[in-house]
Parts: sequence; structure tokens; C-alpha cells
Amino acid sequence: MVDNNILSDAVSAQFGSNIISIEESYGMLDFIVEKDMIVALLKWLKEHETFEFNFLTTLCGVHFPEKKNHELSVVYHLYSMTNNIRIRIHVFLPITKPEIQTVTHLYPTANWMERETFEFFGIKFIGHPNLKIILNVEDMDYHPLLKQYALVDNTRTDKDDKYFGR
Amino acid sequence: MINISEDKQNSFNQNEHKVANEDDIKIYNYLNLGPTHPSTHGIFQNVLKLDGEVILEAEQTIGYIHRAFEKLAENRPFYQVTPITDRLNYCSAPINNIGWQMTVEKLIGLKVSKRIDYMRVIIMELARINDHIICNSVIGVDTGALTGFLYLFQFREKIYEIFEQICGARLTTNIGRIGGFERDFSPTVISKIEELLQEFPKALKEFEKLLTRNRIFMDRTIGVGPISAERALEYGFTGPNLRATGVDYDVRVMHPYSSYEDFDFTIPIGTHGDTYDRYCVRQEEMWQSLKIIEQALKNMPEGDYHTEVPEFYLPPKEDVYTTIEGLIWHFKVIYGEIEIPKGQVYHAVEGGNGELGFYLISDGGRQPYRLHFRRPCFIYYQAYPEMIKGSLLSDAIITMSSMNVIAGELDA
Repeated sequence: MVDNNILSDAVSAQFGSNIISIEESYGMLDFIVEKDMIVALLKWLKEHETFEFNFLTTLCGVHFPEKKNHELSVVYHLYSMTNNIRIRIHVFLPITKPEIQTVTHLYPTANWMERETFEFFGIKFIGHPNLKIILNVEDMDYHPLLKQYALVDNTRTDKDDKYFGR
Repeated sequence: MINISEDKQNSFNQNEHKVANEDDIKIYNYLNLGPTHPSTHGIFQNVLKLDGEVILEAEQTIGYIHRAFEKLAENRPFYQVTPITDRLNYCSAPINNIGWQMTVEKLIGLKVSKRIDYMRVIIMELARINDHIICNSVIGVDTGALTGFLYLFQFREKIYEIFEQICGARLTTNIGRIGGFERDFSPTVISKIEELLQEFPKALKEFEKLLTRNRIFMDRTIGVGPISAERALEYGFTGPNLRATGVDYDVRVMHPYSSYEDFDFTIPIGTHGDTYDRYCVRQEEMWQSLKIIEQALKNMPEGDYHTEVPEFYLPPKEDVYTTIEGLIWHFKVIYGEIEIPKGQVYHAVEGGNGELGFYLISDGGRQPYRLHFRRPCFIYYQAYPEMIKGSLLSDAIITMSSMNVIAGELDA
């Protein structure tokens, strides 16, 4: 039976210095890895004969404005149906060069998740078949989930408090 | 009688000849299915490339009711996120509410009593029945059987009455609180649930008699919109749509939450992953849900209906008005001046149409630092063009209704 210890040992043996840190929180392993390794790591985890992480549960972005050169993060949640184990993988990117390889060829389900992450955070997934904005209007030229955008834009003048009661 | 001159006759024949020569160049039709087409059951657009009535390609446009819930959630205290989750899958809002509350409880390390667990199970299974009633009766409507829809919707009304008795709201319920419920089940709630358990099986049986072995229904649904188990897993399918392909993945069993391990129920699976299998899986799940509710009612443990977490659970109004402690906690909860551990947590519940996940990052502040919803609809709706490729237009519509794509969850 695969458990978190076996898994973390195997991953660090295989990828060594490319794994920046391994933590365990609330029973789930949390890897932080180099961004160049993400495709190799996911491919290895997916094709490993005992681990079989064949299910990408979810993929999302996070913005940490305080972390210099690590402002953006992409978070992958993987699930192994045969071992019933979940893991989380973090990748950090600088906001000046928010680029990472796509994983759509490994998990077709990543297609829309990566589009959503691109839309919300401006993270470009290199090699994505159709990297377009998905939920908002197509000509939106900013990425709304970045922390610098407040929920209510107080500088707007086209909204009159008389009508909208703010 | 008009005499066609010889010249004209010649040119007519020539034209005919020309058309015959161009026969290999086909003319394709492009059809906008949606955004506001009544049979799409929600606001989403599909641009279909048609050869006659056969679908060659489909391109989806989504996001018509995008409300930026993930941004909204970053600007609200934890307890105010619950009403946002209502609006995800609004057919089974209580599952979303309770899923979120359990995520926060997991973050703060709160263990709730068995009674709360059982109350939650009852509410979540009622919501699941509610969700499946909509989906299955709508498949009936799209194949031309309106009777079942109207017949089962009476019971959906009864379930809404139960929710109304529990929390005061019907569709967007905002049911429960972090740490339990705002009040216990009243005797009316219990009697209404018992009434439902008495009457609903009869109606469900009649509904099955009407559709399950109906020649027309079977002809319309068997082999329509199929997907293989491998493709379904690659596309991230979960819930009844995945189980219809033959994969027995259910969050309630694989990662038991809210004491689901106490209950005896089975996971129905299909074989082909087509519309008929999806219908059958949902139908059987309703029976299983009824079984779970029955067990939960029978074995309901004694105990408190809420946990002592003054940081999250609003004190009773009498205490707020008469005691200083109550007043302080009331202010602290409302203003979100509470200490919450830093950390990140992923919690998933089995929603009406799949694994509904909450990925929460807390930086110790009054609101979530980041909250990501894993919305099953958003993830499996990607596979729709592949599932309808080569099928007829009318099949595409029942494929969509059998996938149970809920616009609120799709767009978030």
C-alpha cells in the first residue's frame, strides 16, 4: 500500500534537487518543485507502475505579491484512483515571466483549467492548443484575480452612488 | 401552360449538370445552439457545424453568468462565503454549503458531533435526490415525455418545503453554519421527511415504469452521447457521469466525510457511459439516497446540533443582548476578528454531479487568501464536443441534459 512516506521518498529519490520542499499538511503531501520539471514529474507520476496518478483533480493559480520572483504559483492536485491518495504540487513563477509548460497532453482535462488560470492570473501555458480567455469577454486586457485589483474599483466615475448606493 | 423555350431548357439542364459536378463540395450549415435556447437548460452557446442533421464539430462558449466567485470569496469573512456557494450548483445548494463549512472545519481542526453529521447526511442526500430528479425528468422532457417531469416535480417541491422548514429558504438555502446548524430539526421536519420517505418511492417507481423500459425512451437514449471510461478519466469526469462509464469512484466512499462510513449503501455503475446509463445511474442513486436517509433518521444519535466554536458560530440573540461575552463574540464573528490557522486545505464532497472540491489557502486573515472551487460541471463539459461528434442534433440536446450541466457551476 502506497502511503505518503513511500511517495515522498520515491519522488525525492527520482528528482532529487529539483524538489524544493516536501511538506505534509492535513494529510496531503505538498511538493514545491522547479517549474521546468513539472511536465517530467507529472509524466513520471502518471506512468509510474504503482503510483498511477492518472487523475488531475484540479489546477489553479495563486498570486503572492510579497514573494519576490515567486509571485505566481500554479497548483496541481493529483489523485491516484488505484491507491486512493491525493497529492498537491506547487510551482512558483516570477510575474515578469509567467510561463510554464502545458500539461494538456498528459491530462486533456487541463485544457479549460489552464485557460481559466491564464485568464485569472495571466500565466501563459506554453504549448496549450487554444489558450484564450474562457469566462470573461475576449478583449479583457487584465487578469482580475491578481491581488492588485480591488473587488470594487473606487476610481471609477461612471458609477453614480445615487443609483448604485455604495 | 407556359412553354419553356429551348434555350431556357438548355440552360436549365446545364445548371443541373453543374450542380451534379459540384456534388463532392458539401455545403455545411452552422447553427447557433444557445445561448438562450430553452432546451439547453441554462445559458451556454454551442456553435455547431452540421452536415444535414449530423454534427461534425461543436465549439462552446461559456461564461455567460460568470460572477467571479473566487474573487468575491477573497473579500468576505469565512461565514459569508456560504451564500456564494449556493449559487454554484443551485439544484443542490445544501451540498455546496455543507461542503464549504466542512472545509473550514477541516482547516480549524474542528470535529463536529455525530448528530450534526447525520443531520448533514440527511440534508445532502435530500439535495442529491433533488438534483437527480431535475436531471432525469428533464431527459424525459427532451425525449418528449413531459408527464414524468410534472409528476416528480411535486416531490421536488416537498423537498424544498423540508429545506424551508430547516433554514427558511428554498433554492439558495445557505443552510447550516460553520460548526453545525442554527437550530435543531423541528418535529415538522422529521414528519415531512418521513412523509417523503413514504410517498416518494411510489412515485419514483411509477416514473421508472414510465421511462426505464419504454421503447421510445430506450431508442432515443441507448448509445447516445457515449464516452469510454479511459476518456472520461482523462477529461476529469466525476460523479454519476463517470460512474455511468463503469468507474466506481465516489467521494462518499473513497474519502468518507460527515460519517458516510456509517451507512450501508451501494454505488451503482453503468457500462457504456451513454445517456441511458447516466439516467439509470442517477435513478439508482436516488434509491440509495432514500436508503441512506432512512438509516440516518433511524439511527440519529442524541447530541447537540452545534459545536462550541464561538469564533465562527454566532451566539444566540438572547446572549448577545444580555451578556457581555455573547456581544463580544457576536462582534468578532461579524467583523471577522478571529484567529484562524495559516495553511492550505483541500476538501471534496460528492456533489449532485461530481466531486465538488474546495481548495482554501488561509493566511490567517479574516477572509480566505485564495479559494478555488473544483466545479465538476466546468471540468466535464469540455468533453461535450467529443461526445456529440457524429450524432444528430436532437441527440446532442439529450446528451447535454443527461450530463446535467448547471450553468451556475459551469461559470462560477
